[in-house]
Amino acid sequence: MTGTNPGISPTANGVAPGMHPAVDPAIDAAAHSSAPGGLVKSVVELDRVVIRLAGDSGDGMQLTGGRFTSETASFGNDLSTLPNFPAEIRAPTGTLPGVSSFQLHFADHDIMTPGDAPDVLVVMNPAALKANLVDLPGGGLLIADSDEFTPRNLAKVGYASNPLEDGSLEKWQLVSVPLTSMTTDALADSGLGKKEAERSKNMFTLGLLSWMYHRPTEGTIRFLERQFRRKPQIAAANIAAFRAGFNYGETTEAFAVSYEVKPAPMAPGKYRHISGNQALSYGLVAAGQRSGLPVFLGAYPITPASDILHELSKHKAFGVRTFQAEDEIAGIGAALGASFGGALGVTTTSGPGVALKAETIGLAVMTELPLLIVDVQRGGPSTGLPTKTEQSDLLQALYGRNGEAPVPVIAPRSPGDCFDATLEAARIALTYRTPVILLSDGYLANGAEPWSIPATDELPDLRTEFATEPNGEDGEFLPYLRDPETLARPWAVPGTAGLQHRIGGLEKADKTGNISYDADNHDFMVRTRQAKIDGIAASIPATEVDDPDGNARVAVIGWGSTYGPIGAACRRIRASGRPIAQVHLRHLNPLPADLGEILARYDRVVCPEMNLGQLAMILRAKYLVDVHSHTQVRGLPFRAAELAAVFQDVIDGTTGTVATLDTGSDTPAQTGAAL
Amino acid sequence: MTAIESTNAHVHDLGMPAGGPDVTTISGAIDASVAAHGEKQTVLKAKDLKTDQEVRWCPGCGDYVILNAVQSFLPSLGIAREDMVIVSGIGCSSRFPYYMNTYGMHSIHGRAPAIATGLAASRPDLSVWVVTGDGDALSIGGNHLIHTLRRNVNLTILLFNNRIYGLTKGQYSPTSEVGKVTKSTPMGSLDHPFNPVSLALGADATFVGRAMDSDRKGLTDVLRQAAEHQGTSLVEIYQNCNIFNDGAFELLKDPNTGPMWTIPLVHGEPLVFGPGGASCVVRDDFGGLRIAETNQVDASQIVVHDAHRDDPSYAFALSRLSTQDLRYSPMGVFRSVAKPTYDRMMADQLEDAAAQEPADLDALLAGGDSWTVQ
Repeated sequence: MTGTNPGISPTANGVAPGMHPAVDPAIDAAAHSSAPGGLVKSVVELDRVVIRLAGDSGDGMQLTGGRFTSETASFGNDLSTLPNFPAEIRAPTGTLPGVSSFQLHFADHDIMTPGDAPDVLVVMNPAALKANLVDLPGGGLLIADSDEFTPRNLAKVGYASNPLEDGSLEKWQLVSVPLTSMTTDALADSGLGKKEAERSKNMFTLGLLSWMYHRPTEGTIRFLERQFRRKPQIAAANIAAFRAGFNYGETTEAFAVSYEVKPAPMAPGKYRHISGNQALSYGLVAAGQRSGLPVFLGAYPITPASDILHELSKHKAFGVRTFQAEDEIAGIGAALGASFGGALGVTTTSGPGVALKAETIGLAVMTELPLLIVDVQRGGPSTGLPTKTEQSDLLQALYGRNGEAPVPVIAPRSPGDCFDATLEAARIALTYRTPVILLSDGYLANGAEPWSIPATDELPDLRTEFATEPNGEDGEFLPYLRDPETLARPWAVPGTAGLQHRIGGLEKADKTGNISYDADNHDFMVRTRQAKIDGIAASIPATEVDDPDGNARVAVIGWGSTYGPIGAACRRIRASGRPIAQVHLRHLNPLPADLGEILARYDRVVCPEMNLGQLAMILRAKYLVDVHSHTQVRGLPFRAAELAAVFQDVIDGTTGTVATLDTGSDTPAQTGAAL
Repeated sequence: MTAIESTNAHVHDLGMPAGGPDVTTISGAIDASVAAHGEKQTVLKAKDLKTDQEVRWCPGCGDYVILNAVQSFLPSLGIAREDMVIVSGIGCSSRFPYYMNTYGMHSIHGRAPAIATGLAASRPDLSVWVVTGDGDALSIGGNHLIHTLRRNVNLTILLFNNRIYGLTKGQYSPTSEVGKVTKSTPMGSLDHPFNPVSLALGADATFVGRAMDSDRKGLTDVLRQAAEHQGTSLVEIYQNCNIFNDGAFELLKDPNTGPMWTIPLVHGEPLVFGPGGASCVVRDDFGGLRIAETNQVDASQIVVHDAHRDDPSYAFALSRLSTQDLRYSPMGVFRSVAKPTYDRMMADQLEDAAAQEPADLDALLAGGDSWTVQ
């Protein structure tokens, strides 16, 4: 810790470390302002900070958060983000349903989640305050745009009096700042009208936060110049507002302290920050390049998957074709048609779209063609919660088809991991000639983290051989004569002379692929298709068990985006002196061959899921293990502290020890553990 | 093969060993097969297109006639068997691919146009056909049909219209006439039927034709024009289901009544028909068309068929001369206009993009805002 604030420990008792100076910033600033040379600001060093920006859907909170994230990434902190926005594009201004927020956790060490609760909450209007205050721990810093706390806006969300003035917020460190009017004042000479000038208040706010946390500013200025290159007046206004916010922080007495979060130690290499949808899109481009196959994406717009369609449509130079279909069914149909023609067929969607695609996935199972189905899961059932996250579709992915239609299922565990998981899904699809479902979710899709940029020549080699010669004993082509090792059938693309054949959804005769209604053949083919998918397990690496103490009696098992919160919770448990093992599944079908043996080692197995226990049910059925299912479906990721409490209860139930862990506290950064 | 090669032109160097055909790419596999077989065989006979599969339509079904006509005429196009793909949906007509020694996919009810779109859009080197029926194309697959037509993907769609559900044993279809008594409509169908030609023209189809299953010459003529058309061609084929809707087109097939109600469409020829040319098509007072007695109008009033009119209104008006009971059925090519095809435009965008900024996977992954940790 540097600076002059006495008594502020970055890791003090229970509240977020060091974020909340115990002294009134105004008093502190006043103390220094008498010093020669005018205002002297102190700098407090922190190990980590969680900031939440909240405003109206039209206030640009996602953009502001994204920019702050970029600045933070380029500064070298580890980070994790949680955008949270309504499905409505513009709900009525100033109302609770219209509140949009962006949470960013950044640290000088390795972190796993976007943070359970913010240390700093910035609210752009009364609705944002009302919707988010419940999450701000006592003592937290609250910055509010006082201009927007008008009687009319207060009345919209049911405030009888102005909370900025009535003393009701005394539990928090409230700083009221007239963000809107200071922005318009700063832009008085910009030539913009008042309404237009007001729209730059998010950049003013970003400037203020950039000062507070010593963020680099060049990237944002470059971004604004690029974003508005055809509207130089708007670019200039936003840059002016951004600088005005920064300068305001430097000169105002309202903020006496600024904070420094040092870069996190990371393995040497080149990094960028990346969201899950971006990483997944790049994974698809890379899969095309590494397989030598043209990528064909057939997709219908759906939240939260549409950004993959947007991203891939930019990469035509890589031979990537994107087809915005008339509906979900046409999207996957076109992708399967392209696969028949030798492309890497892909379709991207969310839960409701998977439901519509089920019949075509079944056809891909029957025709045994490679196909990637990306399901960016969201809250269900039906339209559900389009912009919120949920592990809603594991059972749909595994079983949501007629007949025995086994499909490999892969789930990434972090935004950056979406890249590797996509390559793995492509490997399986191409090697085994099967549709593969990739289960991302809304949290991974929109969340971001630093990503170590891979060396492209070290990515998996996905080259696949097409059939070019007849394979039958009599010189005929047998489209269902299988590779003895993988049970994959040959992939003969139209245009290949001598290999003309017909495939379809009717049951195939073994080897010839002709229509067959034969009883024994059907039994054989059903079992063979299942055996082919089961056999993929042989190509899956041994399951990693994270048990640094080596003597855990309780194992936590998860899949997909819960990796971060589960990992953070396990670190808390271990920091309290208790061993716990973490197993995180990437392959949901087939499950790793060693999983049953691993689970049997533990006295107790806990499975946290953002659904009502879908994986837990599979594990119980498959391994006869009495899995303790812990579930939550709030449309938001788990909080690490809550999970730690659950794990603690399970450990205590097992070992008979008494719970002593204060799950509200953070693990000291000095131990190397973090959240 | 240029389009296929272009998609692979920017493939990252995978360190392929030198020598030997690279059968990990589409063009490599095709080249290898051609090398093994010699040149592509584009001189075919009808029997070259038959498969060893027993044809399993009901005896007397109109589908046999169509299959024979297609197998007889396809060789004249000079396309190798392996470069043809037939995609079908579900229904009696959709068994068609199994009987054609080409590549084929018997897919899902209604979805053949979507599947064929993905194939044709990614493989402009292929001749892609869709075989479908009135239920498959116009009920469950209606959405895909209209969107395929408006996009103008290079496909030829053969719509076998028997005005009944055959494979599910006799329910009314979206082209069945109002009042039709079927298993599911014992008191008569309430549904107003689609006119498939009107529907296709409403979707701005660039090629729309109609033919009769039993009219080998007329059918072949329309099929040839449809196959040669660049873009989506829709051919409605009146096809008799002798089990569940026998005689549906008898009015047009009967040598006595057929000429009275059939309007042959020949580009550049006046629309005169009927015994002795007694009837003709003239413009009405509302911008549409009507039937007149030839001897009651001046020859200059008789419409000369123009299949190449850019405005689809004329072709649509032609299609509206028909009533539900088939009285006045124009047969032939309603519309055939040139418009850029979807697959070509898509390939052009890929080429343009590659020309503007060559694909570089390392640069893509690095992005604009990266930093290095030493």
